[in-house]
Amino acid sequence: MENPYLPYPVRIDDIEVATEDKSLKTFTFVFVNPEDEEKFAYKAGQFAELSIPGVGEIPIGIASSPVEKGFVKFTVFRTGVVTTHLHNMKKGDIMGIRGPLGNWYPWDKLENKNVVIIGGGFAFTTLRSSIVYMLDPANRKKFKSIDVVYGARSPGMLLYREELFEWEKRDDINMHITVDGTDDPDWQYHTGFVPQVVEDHAPAADEDTYAIVCGPPIMIKFTQPALTKLGFQPHQIIMSLENRMKCGIGMCGRCNIGKELVCKDGPVFTLEEINQTPKEY
Amino acid sequence: MDTCIEKIRAIGADLLAKGTVEKVIGFANGSIPMATRPVALTSEKDMDKLVFNSVCGLNLANYVSKNSLSKKEGKIAVVAKGCDARNLVTHIVENQISRDQIYIIGVPCTGMVDKRKIAALFEDEITGFEEDNDSLTVSSASKTETVKKADVLRHNCRVCTHRNPPVYDVMAGEPVEEQTLDQPYEDVDQIAAMDPDARWTYFEKLTENCIRCYACRNACPLCYCPTCFVDESGPQWVGKGQNETDVTTFHFLRAFHCAGRCTDCGACVEACPMGINVRDFTRKLNKDALELFGWEAGLDLDKRPPLDVYSPNDPNDFIK
Amino acid sequence: MNFITIDKKDWTRGIDQSRNAYRVYGPVKDENGCQIKPLAPDTHPEMDAAVTVMSAKSVLFPQTEKILTATLDELKDDHHVMKPVETDDMPRVVLGIRPYDAKAVQLVKLNFDNPDYQDPYWCAAYDATTFVGLGVTHPGPCDFSTAVGSGPFSEDGLDVLMADMDDKYLTKILTEKGEKWAAACGFDTVADPKESQVLFDVLRKEAEKQIQTNVATDKLAGKTILDLYDAPFWDEVAFSCINCGTCTFVCPTCWCFDIQDETRHNTAVRFRNWDTCMSPLFTHHASGHNPRVTKVQRVRQRFMHKLKYFLDKYDQGIMCVGCGRCVASCPVNIDIREVCNRMNDYETTK
Repeated sequence: MENPYLPYPVRIDDIEVATEDKSLKTFTFVFVNPEDEEKFAYKAGQFAELSIPGVGEIPIGIASSPVEKGFVKFTVFRTGVVTTHLHNMKKGDIMGIRGPLGNWYPWDKLENKNVVIIGGGFAFTTLRSSIVYMLDPANRKKFKSIDVVYGARSPGMLLYREELFEWEKRDDINMHITVDGTDDPDWQYHTGFVPQVVEDHAPAADEDTYAIVCGPPIMIKFTQPALTKLGFQPHQIIMSLENRMKCGIGMCGRCNIGKELVCKDGPVFTLEEINQTPKEY
Repeated sequence: MDTCIEKIRAIGADLLAKGTVEKVIGFANGSIPMATRPVALTSEKDMDKLVFNSVCGLNLANYVSKNSLSKKEGKIAVVAKGCDARNLVTHIVENQISRDQIYIIGVPCTGMVDKRKIAALFEDEITGFEEDNDSLTVSSASKTETVKKADVLRHNCRVCTHRNPPVYDVMAGEPVEEQTLDQPYEDVDQIAAMDPDARWTYFEKLTENCIRCYACRNACPLCYCPTCFVDESGPQWVGKGQNETDVTTFHFLRAFHCAGRCTDCGACVEACPMGINVRDFTRKLNKDALELFGWEAGLDLDKRPPLDVYSPNDPNDFIK
Repeated sequence: MNFITIDKKDWTRGIDQSRNAYRVYGPVKDENGCQIKPLAPDTHPEMDAAVTVMSAKSVLFPQTEKILTATLDELKDDHHVMKPVETDDMPRVVLGIRPYDAKAVQLVKLNFDNPDYQDPYWCAAYDATTFVGLGVTHPGPCDFSTAVGSGPFSEDGLDVLMADMDDKYLTKILTEKGEKWAAACGFDTVADPKESQVLFDVLRKEAEKQIQTNVATDKLAGKTILDLYDAPFWDEVAFSCINCGTCTFVCPTCWCFDIQDETRHNTAVRFRNWDTCMSPLFTHHASGHNPRVTKVQRVRQRFMHKLKYFLDKYDQGIMCVGCGRCVASCPVNIDIREVCNRMNDYETTK
């Protein structure tokens, strides 16, 4: 019987400071046993438990994309016991990864559809995974138009800045990068909160358009009305939730929202599904 | 014994009808024999739900501290036995509530019964319990027994010297005679007389059935810390598992946090599902507070507890 | 399905005979009530014990259980690589278990053994355990097992069901595990199947008649989660709750656990402990956000989980077997029977 609590051993291959205030770091992991990488085959939208022996585990969205081989990437915000320990680790350190866990963005439903991706702050991780997946030459034809609205407090707080600016130059994806505010005179993109940029620049919805929304609760709260104005129905709005987790496999019972376990029945839900659950997230 | 219940109900109804208080916190009948449950009632028509008898063993001061009171709430009336009232005084002295936030309905108390002692008289589960002054009639499927209340009092009630609330807004009955005891801390002395090995074994046995449910801590009015030390993770002081050291650390340290504050109300032991006499820890500290500082908690709204103040006359023999 | 009789004079001898093949658990009485404990070689189960304070769930699911270890010694090749702790596969038998506790194990199994994931520790313990039940001839005042799909002589989840017939146990062997156990004890006096079944039916009916509480669950499935969640009675239900873990820890169907890491010198250990949704920390995010920061939210969660979410998710009835332990142990006498009836009767005013 496979032991779902046992992590795959990984080695930290690279650490990048992801934001100007150093509160986020992007970790690149390589599997110690190469055959584990295949076992870890994942889809964009899933998460994994990063496991540090003697310290604990944290559920983090997978930032790398299934089309990127040889490594997995996670961007982690320093906020508690395990994340602080992780932020103090070095290249070459050994730890573990359990996963992939949870469900994924509904890629089969999204085929031949227009996709609007909306992200805020450091919730952009699985959205990066999704964008890289969609832009991959093998996949781009599966989707119609792709629009991305992504905002952070300031330019230095945007994740994956270099990639964002690269995507902005492409003509097969419409980027709407925004910051809450900046005094950088060279800032070429939008200024303003994500919900406003969504309302002003996201395409109107038809029955072939879906929105994937991932961000802090406050952003989600104000983005929903903007999407409704654009004509998105609840079943067309896809969200990724988070909750306190321990086992990640639907057994320890703590991450439930109503009868849904965020780690197993989610973290991806449509707004239609969420509307039928108690607001305990 | 006049259980004062008629007077309690009348006082409660009057307070609610006049709008003096927004709610009355008291005891109501439980759903199984020997059980009562804390209730908060807001209508004078509901006052007949209140009861007061020999199985009101919890401490209602537990329901009025900063963490449990909403900021918007008005004045609250609390039915308080001697020990409960002392805890309300402690809450006020410790700034958890202000004096004008509560209306103390003081109740003179002749003690609560030890439910486990009563249950131990039977092989099967108790199906009926009735009180008639000092006579208790207890029945199970196999037999009925009549016991004298005085024979089955909880230990803390047997050694209680503060049966009348020291501070109150109204008394729901005539004060009862206070006991004087030659050896109020006989149980503590017995343990202190053991040699260290025997004492260690005693404490090991005492906590061996603990399931870390924290009913003792949560039933205690003194335990109102927003984050208890056992729940801290940065840094983590105590492990959360069933390791003996961790379990005993929880009990020892909690007792120390209650030092000079505990009124020996017995709610901790009453709440414990495993029947652990955690008072063996707290009573030692109560004795120390009395002997070293002449201090008993919750008797005077104007006096500061010994761990709050320094006096040049404080005992210093530990400084050698 | 075969029937045997076990003469009470042979009972302890048989148990002792089985000890080379089984670790034996059973009820014992102490000054604080009855508990299910592993039985040392010279002790035997006290079969007339009243309902135990704690359930038998710790036989399969210990309160603290090591699951993984790792060495932190960087001189070793496999440092920081977590390894599983060996599962405890030693066969064990729980004697004198009440039928509702065996049904509870079946409900818990839905959590630990499902098509998506299987918990190797719980499953190994489950495979190794034989449940020998004793029918409850005098259900206590807190027993409401018949209202929730179990009963004093229910066979669900048991390997053997015994009935106390004064000088002997009339015994129904229900599964292969039960057969193995009976053989290991040397209990082989066959009883007539037809007569025995009739006797069992009589005993069952008489026992069921003594159950005094009626709990209604028939309308729970037909209500929506949000209607029950938004019902106005939760504040009242939750007022007295002190958010300890008593109800969850004594409950045979509560399975929530926490995972903790500890280190000692150069060894890291990951273990799991029982956890309780009553604790404020249960859903506390590292960011400080807590979806169930108030007491009433947590109390509501417990009852909604047991009586609604589980019902909707698994369609196997409610997550309660009517043992009444929570009712007996709750320090503030919150009674799940009352809450269940309230939920069942609740109609929105729409």
